[in-house]
Amino acid sequence: MNRVSAILIAVVLSVAARAAEIHPPQQVTAGTSITIPSSGSGDATFYLIGPDIASKKKVQAGSDISVDSDSLQLAGRYVAVLCASDGCASSNFFVVPAAANKVSLLVHPSRVPVGSANGISTVAFVFDNFHNFVMKPEQVKFSILPKDAKEVSADRGSQNGVAWVRISSAKKEGPVRIAAAIGNANEVRVVQQVAAEACNLRIKASRVKNAFLIETDPVRDCSGNSVPDGTVVSFTKSDSAGKTTVDVPIKRGVAKVEMPIDGRARITVASGVVTGNELEVAGGQPQ
Amino acid sequence: MKRGLPILLGVVTVILIVIAWFQSGGVETHELQSASTPDQAVRLMLSQVKAHNFDAAYARLANRDDVDKNAFIREFNGSNGSLLTYASMENFDVWGLKTSEQDATVRAKLHYSTAVGPLDDIRDLKVQHTGDTWKVLWPVSKAPKLPPQVIPVNYLRWDVISRGATDDWGVQNVDSPQVRVVSMNAIQRPDSVVLVGEVVNEDSVPAYVNVGATLLDPSGAELAQESSFDKISHILLPKQVSPYRIDFPNMRMEKIKSVRMDTKALLVPASADPVIEVNQQKLETDPLGKKVLSGQLLNQGGQVVNIPHVIAAFYDSNGKVIWVSDGYMAQALLPQIPLPFAVDLPPDIAKNVQTYRVVVNHYDTNSQS
Repeated sequence: MNRVSAILIAVVLSVAARAAEIHPPQQVTAGTSITIPSSGSGDATFYLIGPDIASKKKVQAGSDISVDSDSLQLAGRYVAVLCASDGCASSNFFVVPAAANKVSLLVHPSRVPVGSANGISTVAFVFDNFHNFVMKPEQVKFSILPKDAKEVSADRGSQNGVAWVRISSAKKEGPVRIAAAIGNANEVRVVQQVAAEACNLRIKASRVKNAFLIETDPVRDCSGNSVPDGTVVSFTKSDSAGKTTVDVPIKRGVAKVEMPIDGRARITVASGVVTGNELEVAGGQPQ
Repeated sequence: MKRGLPILLGVVTVILIVIAWFQSGGVETHELQSASTPDQAVRLMLSQVKAHNFDAAYARLANRDDVDKNAFIREFNGSNGSLLTYASMENFDVWGLKTSEQDATVRAKLHYSTAVGPLDDIRDLKVQHTGDTWKVLWPVSKAPKLPPQVIPVNYLRWDVISRGATDDWGVQNVDSPQVRVVSMNAIQRPDSVVLVGEVVNEDSVPAYVNVGATLLDPSGAELAQESSFDKISHILLPKQVSPYRIDFPNMRMEKIKSVRMDTKALLVPASADPVIEVNQQKLETDPLGKKVLSGQLLNQGGQVVNIPHVIAAFYDSNGKVIWVSDGYMAQALLPQIPLPFAVDLPPDIAKNVQTYRVVVNHYDTNSQS
């Protein structure tokens, strides 16, 4: 609203009198300083109104008016107004984005199951140094940096400031670094490729001291990838003493727990919504 | 008339003094000198405990030689950062169970006001007739002690690097964890509608989870909105399942057309330690005649769990969650030392319970998660 008012005032002032004149360049690159030639004579006031600026300074009509680069960082329409004793004159000019030199990278999801075709969405938004959205086509270099493999990269042209690529997750779990580069900018995101749900969850029992050690086989998904350490496996034992439950995180690929067992007992295992086999233990020996 | 006012003021003063005497435990103090019944002996000892006059309470024990005074005080004041260290005794009820010439058994129900709400502690106390008075025979603590040792713990810990204050515009954070409500069941209770169910962390990172619900009437307008508050295990490790319960007081099922569930999950740093075993779980009837699920907690780690919180889900024969109960333990859960627990459930629901599952929340003052 303030900007509209300022422009209106500028227009009214320029309409009121047209003796002094200014001639700014039609188009200016963001972040560059300019000089605006003017005509007329005597003391005058120069106004500059832009998307994020409204400034005023005393100048001499007829001389070149310098506008520093800090005043011209945001792309958009600017209005330059010169008011002298014989009236005001105004002129519009446009500031356009500078060369692309920043990239904002959005990568989703942060964790993806292995073997997901086009499962990772990678979108890069292209900006210049002053956060102006660079609308003209630019080449963005997308790179995939797996942990134990060679870097793969590909260029994609931006359309209206946006470049994107869809990436399939690898067959093997682990982190992958995804980067987008343009100019001096290189943004990196980390995506964890994780195993899917546990598959064929199995437990076995062995005797230790006065208890039983209940242990899973290495917990893997249906593609053979290890389910991440820390994933909770729930053991449940039912015997004459009642029911015992323990939520144990997987450590080094397996989950294990020691349980004292008297008489007959039934042991079951589950991880999330996946259930595994049942064990019957009787007379202190697994069956 | 001139004498009337001083007499009136005198009477009022006497009445106020009598009220103050009653309020300050004067009755119990009087009974102290003449604990002529077992009930009076227990009531007197507990009133001294309530007033934090532990010396006087300890003096009323019949077996002072066997009871360590500090251990006696810890029974009421708590230790190891337990819930009782954040509590005070509000009042108590006492009633006799059996009495003979020389000894008696008295049941005391202690009502504590704690940081997480009211807490009741029921104790059956032996009382002995000594000389011309009755004295409490305090149970000698036989709590096992763990010898000094090193317990190696190498469970996982997840740390989160979030975007920093100096990061440029447009730098994204790591995505929030994926959690899912796997079941929900609405139950009409006499004074409320209760939603119970389970939520699972489907992700490979820990999640801080909260489940909320909005009740909608036939026109789609909101009737009420509540959250599970502390009736859920908020920190869920990957693939961990927690029961939840959401209470809507003063609500009738007939008013409700539908329910909108809202699950919020935040990525948080967490530790897989401690692992807490829940053993000897049994549905039984407690001494007060209430149906309870009892059992023991066993901390397999090496750190003290200051305030254990037990949450139990109860299932019917179809595997549907029909109730969720919870309870805070008054004592801290020490490493390797079993701690008994019991959570109650409504009798009308207890008869339909086929199986149950217990999870344990832990609140630790030195927690790094």
